[in-house]
Amino acid sequence: MRIIQSDVLSVGAGLAGERVAIEAAENGFSAICLSIVPARRSHSSAAQGGMQAALGNSAMGEGDCPDVHFADTVKGSDWGCDQEVARLFCDNAPIAMRQMAFWGVPWNRVVPGEQTYYKGGKPFTAFEKPENEGLIHSRNFGGTAKWRTCYTSDGTGHCVLFTLDNRAAQVGVTVIDKVEVIGLIHDGETCMGAVARCLKTGELTAYLAKATLIATGGFGRIYRESTNAVICDGGGLIAALDTGVVPLGNMEAVQFHPTGIVPTDILVTEGCRGDGGTLLDKNEYRFMPDYEPEKAELASRDVVSRRMTEHMRKGLGVPSPYGDHLWLDIRHLGEHHIRTKLREVDEICQSFLGVDPVHQLIPVRPTQHYSMGGVRTNKDGAAYGLKGLFSAGEASCWDMHGFNRLGGNSLAETVVAGMIVGAKIVEFLKGAETVIKTASVRDAMAAQQARIDGLVNCASGRENPYAVKNAMHDAIMKGAGIFRNGKDLETCVADLQEILARARKVGLRSNGQGANPELTMALKIEGMVKLALCVAYGALKRTESRGAHTREDYPERNDRDWLTRTLATWAEGADLPTLNYEPATHVFEMPPGDRGYGGGKIIARDE
Amino acid sequence: MARTLTFNIFRYNPADSASRPRMDRFELPETERMTLFIALNKIREDIDPTLMFDFCCRAGICGACAMVINGRPGLACHTKTKDMPDEITLMPLPVFKLVGDLSVDTGTWFRGMYQKVESWVHTDKVFDPAAKEERMDNALAEQIYELDRCIECGCCVAACGTALMREDFLGAVALNRLARFILDPRDERTEKDYFDIVGTDEGIFGCMGLLACEDVCPKHIPLQEQLGKLRRKMALASIKNMLPQFLKKDF
Repeated sequence: MRIIQSDVLSVGAGLAGERVAIEAAENGFSAICLSIVPARRSHSSAAQGGMQAALGNSAMGEGDCPDVHFADTVKGSDWGCDQEVARLFCDNAPIAMRQMAFWGVPWNRVVPGEQTYYKGGKPFTAFEKPENEGLIHSRNFGGTAKWRTCYTSDGTGHCVLFTLDNRAAQVGVTVIDKVEVIGLIHDGETCMGAVARCLKTGELTAYLAKATLIATGGFGRIYRESTNAVICDGGGLIAALDTGVVPLGNMEAVQFHPTGIVPTDILVTEGCRGDGGTLLDKNEYRFMPDYEPEKAELASRDVVSRRMTEHMRKGLGVPSPYGDHLWLDIRHLGEHHIRTKLREVDEICQSFLGVDPVHQLIPVRPTQHYSMGGVRTNKDGAAYGLKGLFSAGEASCWDMHGFNRLGGNSLAETVVAGMIVGAKIVEFLKGAETVIKTASVRDAMAAQQARIDGLVNCASGRENPYAVKNAMHDAIMKGAGIFRNGKDLETCVADLQEILARARKVGLRSNGQGANPELTMALKIEGMVKLALCVAYGALKRTESRGAHTREDYPERNDRDWLTRTLATWAEGADLPTLNYEPATHVFEMPPGDRGYGGGKIIARDE
Repeated sequence: MARTLTFNIFRYNPADSASRPRMDRFELPETERMTLFIALNKIREDIDPTLMFDFCCRAGICGACAMVINGRPGLACHTKTKDMPDEITLMPLPVFKLVGDLSVDTGTWFRGMYQKVESWVHTDKVFDPAAKEERMDNALAEQIYELDRCIECGCCVAACGTALMREDFLGAVALNRLARFILDPRDERTEKDYFDIVGTDEGIFGCMGLLACEDVCPKHIPLQEQLGKLRRKMALASIKNMLPQFLKKDF
């Protein structure tokens, strides 16, 4: 049996995983990051827009501070977040941004004097103070009171990830890529590491650690139309759910991004709308101000996505062979702005659509984008249910996002949570030793080998894993998409239960040798269907509308009954998750109120 | 539209003792706005589930899907079939170790590169969480970003004449990385430090000036200009190293 041991094992080498590993390595602990792809290809790299932190250096960010950021975050979450965590995040975000600058991120900086910016499609000038020259600049993003988003043109995630991976190489973090975790090693009380399959050779290895971190990002690929990278299939969440004791929080809270391009669902950044891009319908009419007079295109993502869907349902979408869509118009921003400040957007349109955004409209539609839910942790990043297990970043439900996260908050979360949870893991490592039970290691390895043998020998059946995946995609989009209602959700849950039964009968057509991709798919399909069921069943049971979770049959936000967080665990052999609930937050720095957009009714706590 | 595309794809699974290197042919009806990402996934899902290839972001941002497409290294996700002839031949990138079929191990190669050029900011300063950030001119930040846009896809290495002949050649990606740090005032390395890394035949003086690197770079990074500047800087540094102390000055 191949065994590799370290102090910290991070499942995932994106921003959150690497930031935690760096903290451990800087404090003298050995750290290993496992990654399906080379670290720099992690999906963090695709986040173009920026990171929110209340630095307040720019003219439009003047007067900003963590308190204002906190208020935006709690409102954005529709009061679904843990307010202690949101506070921790907002207070620490400026430090994390400065640390990134120290390590080498080429943040855009304040240029003094009169500058031209765009808001709502119109240019205006603002005066940047000479005394702030050269400090970190910020741009506009949806749902915020101040311009607070730190950025490097439109390659923020890419630059921060490259900088962090440089730092990881410098401090001796071991990154092992082309390896996929397929199960955790635990005894029901303590996590001791993970079993991973090498995606070069197919070989299994037991990675043992005192602290194991799940930092595998989102699970968007349970949807067909998703902006997420193809690796974002929830692998770490599946491993946690399979323990039977670790709950996933708020899985029904799924965010859709307003501007995925059609047909490839590649995201074009919110920066387009932040800089003044507008949304047009089939008559090239700008419709958002009719729905949201004040914020128009800059309302939060869930609101914009819903309004777009609403508008298309009225028959005002642009018909295409791939279904209806709308137009994103950035032509008025001008060639210079588009070719420099929005270069990645320009490239995406030219390379994947054959559209020149300087002269042409961009076809867009709302597309699955972000998973607010994930492995439920406390404010230190420690997972519920197993000692020694932690989680950070999109994979976690830490929970600063509640039922809707703000653009720029999640990318910032990766490095801020990484810094905070990393420090807590260091504390954990200094304070305790872990007993590694060899029987647990042997059992976990044997169980995974048996799964693989069963799939290769078609011991349970010959279902095609790709056919099962396609059935799951059809079912979830119909019931648990942007608009939800009881009837469709009930059908969706029933369909997914049938699909789960099929997933349990998957068998390979090929021999499964080496880095066989059919086996890779077969190993995760049952888990993916389980995640889809956590989303759909959680959404069915939550009889209210909050943030991105929109029930047509329950349009009110119900603080009386649903100021809660859903916790989903999966008992062995069950065909539905077990749902429990906990209060959304124990600390109320800001009592529930109206978030100021979206226009929904609220049932108050004391009604 | 309505073309039938023929894909000739290199096949070999080193982990399967029965596998021998060969070319396989697949036929696929072309659909509107098809890219190689869509085509290869279709082949894997519908025809041959064992076909190995790498995609990640499928949006030209992550660099995972570089392969040799009709003789030229490029990103598969970037490649629209409408720009291609009826027959498309796909090979794995050379230089990097083969994992299987079209999949290669770039991770190991690049991590080796980070260590060779010490791809990080070298400074004696210590981060102070209570202090404001050090200032930087925005134009300089944008210049650094320009070089930081590299996605480490490996195309420039696969297309490089020197890299194909000598295994220890750093390649345009590494030379560009060093150029990025030379620009960055936060990196306190001296000209001599940089010279020790790239002032060699494995470094800038191994470059034959064929410049295929720039031709194939999917991010259009100005590699020719960077390599030219670096070569001049390092050549001057080497002359300077030979001068007596009293004649040394900055060029």
